[in-house]
Amino acid sequence: MRIQLIKKLCWLLLLLTYSVQAEVFEKTLANGLKVIVKEDHRAPVLVQQVWYRAGSMDERTGTTGVAHVLEHMMFKGTKAVPAGEFSKKIAAAGGRENAFTNYDYTAYFQQLHTSKLPLAMKLESDRMQYLQLTTAEFIKEIKVVMEERRMRTDDEPHALLEEKLMAAAYQEHPYQHPVIGWMNDIEAMTALDAQEWYKTWYAPNNAVLVIAGDVQAKEVFAMAQLYYGKIPAHKLPVRRNFSEPAQEGIKRITVKAPAQLPYLIMSYHAPTVRDAEKDSMPYALEILAGILDGNESARLNKTLVREQQIASEVGAGYDSTARGPSMFTLEGTPSEGKTITELEAALREQLTKLVREGVTPEELQRVKAQVTANEVYKRDSVFYQAMQIGQMESIGLTHKAIPVMLRKIQEVTTQQVQDAAKAIFNDDHLIVAVLDPQPLSDKPKHAGGPIHVH
Amino acid sequence: MFTKKNTLNERSNMSGKKSAGLSGIKYILIFGLSCMTGNTFASVSIQHWQAPSGAQVYFVENHDLPMLDVEVDFAAGNGFDDIVKPGVAALTNSLLDSGVDGLSEDDISRKLADIGAQKAEHVDADRSGMSIRTLSSTAELEVALDIMSRILQHPLFPEDVLTREKTRTIAALKEAETKPESIASKAFNKAVFGSHPYGKSLEVADVEKIQKTDLENFYHAHYNSKGAVVALMGDVTRAKAESIAQQLTGSLQTNEANIHIAPVTLEIKATELRIPHPATQAHVLIGTPGIARNDPDYFPLYVGNYVLGGGGFVSRLMNEIREKRGLAYSVYSYFMPMQQPGAFQIGLQTKKEQADEAIKLARATLREFVDKGISEKELKAAKDNIVGGFPLRIDSNKKILDYLSLIGFYGLPLNYLDEFTDKVNAVTTSQVHDAFKRRIHPDAMATVIVGAPEEKMQAK
Repeated sequence: MRIQLIKKLCWLLLLLTYSVQAEVFEKTLANGLKVIVKEDHRAPVLVQQVWYRAGSMDERTGTTGVAHVLEHMMFKGTKAVPAGEFSKKIAAAGGRENAFTNYDYTAYFQQLHTSKLPLAMKLESDRMQYLQLTTAEFIKEIKVVMEERRMRTDDEPHALLEEKLMAAAYQEHPYQHPVIGWMNDIEAMTALDAQEWYKTWYAPNNAVLVIAGDVQAKEVFAMAQLYYGKIPAHKLPVRRNFSEPAQEGIKRITVKAPAQLPYLIMSYHAPTVRDAEKDSMPYALEILAGILDGNESARLNKTLVREQQIASEVGAGYDSTARGPSMFTLEGTPSEGKTITELEAALREQLTKLVREGVTPEELQRVKAQVTANEVYKRDSVFYQAMQIGQMESIGLTHKAIPVMLRKIQEVTTQQVQDAAKAIFNDDHLIVAVLDPQPLSDKPKHAGGPIHVH
Repeated sequence: MFTKKNTLNERSNMSGKKSAGLSGIKYILIFGLSCMTGNTFASVSIQHWQAPSGAQVYFVENHDLPMLDVEVDFAAGNGFDDIVKPGVAALTNSLLDSGVDGLSEDDISRKLADIGAQKAEHVDADRSGMSIRTLSSTAELEVALDIMSRILQHPLFPEDVLTREKTRTIAALKEAETKPESIASKAFNKAVFGSHPYGKSLEVADVEKIQKTDLENFYHAHYNSKGAVVALMGDVTRAKAESIAQQLTGSLQTNEANIHIAPVTLEIKATELRIPHPATQAHVLIGTPGIARNDPDYFPLYVGNYVLGGGGFVSRLMNEIREKRGLAYSVYSYFMPMQQPGAFQIGLQTKKEQADEAIKLARATLREFVDKGISEKELKAAKDNIVGGFPLRIDSNKKILDYLSLIGFYGLPLNYLDEFTDKVNAVTTSQVHDAFKRRIHPDAMATVIVGAPEEKMQAK
């Protein structure tokens, strides 16, 4: 019964993979801009995304955060489209827009009615080439970025813990720096730094244009040629290769921050997909993350939260796709009366069990079934489909790796999962980070009562 | 799988802030233009009927993707908690899937995972319910519906799970009590709604008191077929949808339940609450009771709020506080229409030392907005965005499912969505001005500042 179900799902997956791929078209313009179109005619909408292969990992010490600052400045005007006008024009067309920066890339997007693609292309191509970075705008916007850092990291104990974990985990790789940058670097940054970044990385030959939705690929290619085709390519700097030195022993860090509950993160250095067809361990690790934390009755929640009640929250995660290396992470909050030490011991017990006994065929198949279903659900979001294509392109695997990776996931065996666990869960490659909660103040909370005025 | 967990630093994170105005507005409309292109979602027709159980059913049939989304809601949100037993509604909701006859909580999650189905429970002040997303192929569909049907109609609320979940809830509450945004939100609701259920926040002592019988009693009082709203979106036929709706509600209680929440006192006094916190930023909330879901001022206020603080990067608040002065990363305003008037709220976070400056600006912006209204140009920009962006609101099964539930739960007319853009287009500048003047009183607002600058803790 179960075997039949799985066979059917695999067949379904294969079918879907074909139909999905049949609708992805690509073309590279003479200036090096790669254009990828995902047709989806369910709704009269589209998304345009431009992905630059420049993220925080391309930054240098002293100007960390500049990729993200430039992302903010990209809304501050060109000669043809003064500051604020980009957003106004997209809004007037009924659109939604934003941008995001990550370690590996920076991306910009607009979601619009299908008739508005020319507007979106006109605006996006304009700022690919003609951004006007003024000191007046920079001085205001850099303050916004500082507020963003305070909100996202400085006042968020778990984010702070993660930031310090990354800083401690990587000795050489630039993943050691936060995407948003260190506050001191943000404070010291100038409009010139942003300008330099823009000049270095913002070029058609360092970008991927992804259009998904109710469009015809042919028309999109013609339109892309019209709006983006004349932007000159320029020589890109040689990218540095990083090879993070082996850790050679466990690392432990503690972070103190105002909070009620302690928090534990255990991260093991792990590889990412380099060759979608030949690699195997990253797929086994994806499956492993699913077996540990893929549903509410997956191992960690079932054992640590429900049965032993050592943790009030627990999770596992691993990302197989990145330009740089990855980590396999376990994290959680101990239950009241339990300690971080007890939680760590309980997590380690689960890992030991994995290494010693492996996983069951049922667990393996359950994760595969979820992957299969998610491929169907994914098609309910045009934005997400474009996102996946853009990410894969930005990290150098290309969208063609997507179906390969799905197939490879389905081919993973229980033996491979156990072997991957054996290889990865090694104390010499482990970093443990602990949030040590601090009381809000010396005074009892709400001391003296809040003050009412007016 | 393949979902990035990395930190994305966006130019603005508005998604979690409900800043896009009335976040729950849902509607369906036929687009002449796009009908010609043959998009399935260019026109969406809602089918509505009453199941034999008494449940109201809302269905959109769509076979583009081999999947089905189903949601069932009840008037069983936190607003229906007994005044001396807060927290029961939320725990009842979260323990629905903690065991049914013949299936433990682990069986439930394992069996759903085996077929790749996704389940979620949700509860707010008005509504409580659950939803499921499943492949529509027969084997998967039948398992998913069988489990959903048993969760909704035969929950056991096992004692051991209750004890565990109470402990976890208490831990989460204590953690929330240290977070500036949670402290602010709790104090704000109290300042705006007083002793009304919308203002009630859960305390540790409340959770400790909750017993299994409380959940059973609440469940029997509020999870009944006559008050149930079933929404279905996706790849089944009408006949199958009819049988699903009955399957999910046919064994529920048939008693009449109270589905009304007490009226909210609309007029409040000006208050300012300054709560110390070691965070680097102050979290500021300013607001008052706003509007109910069926309010006649809904459209003028919705369109007007787009101009004030709902319209992303182009609103007045965004322009004054962020774009011109760099005082905040996030600043917004919204109405939260509920069964009774939910909050009208302005929110921002800013470095402690400049909190008073930002608050002054936000108040001045609101005052000018209410005093002078909006220009024709601003009105046009708002309409262009709301009307032009309409197709984006109905471009996925998930979004349409949300709209079906909303229409069903709040009894909005079936053609409400067809008329939505017309109603937006009909709004005038004087209607916006008039509605804001009558409904929003800048001199009588509640202000909460968590992490207020300590040296300025005196009346200004």
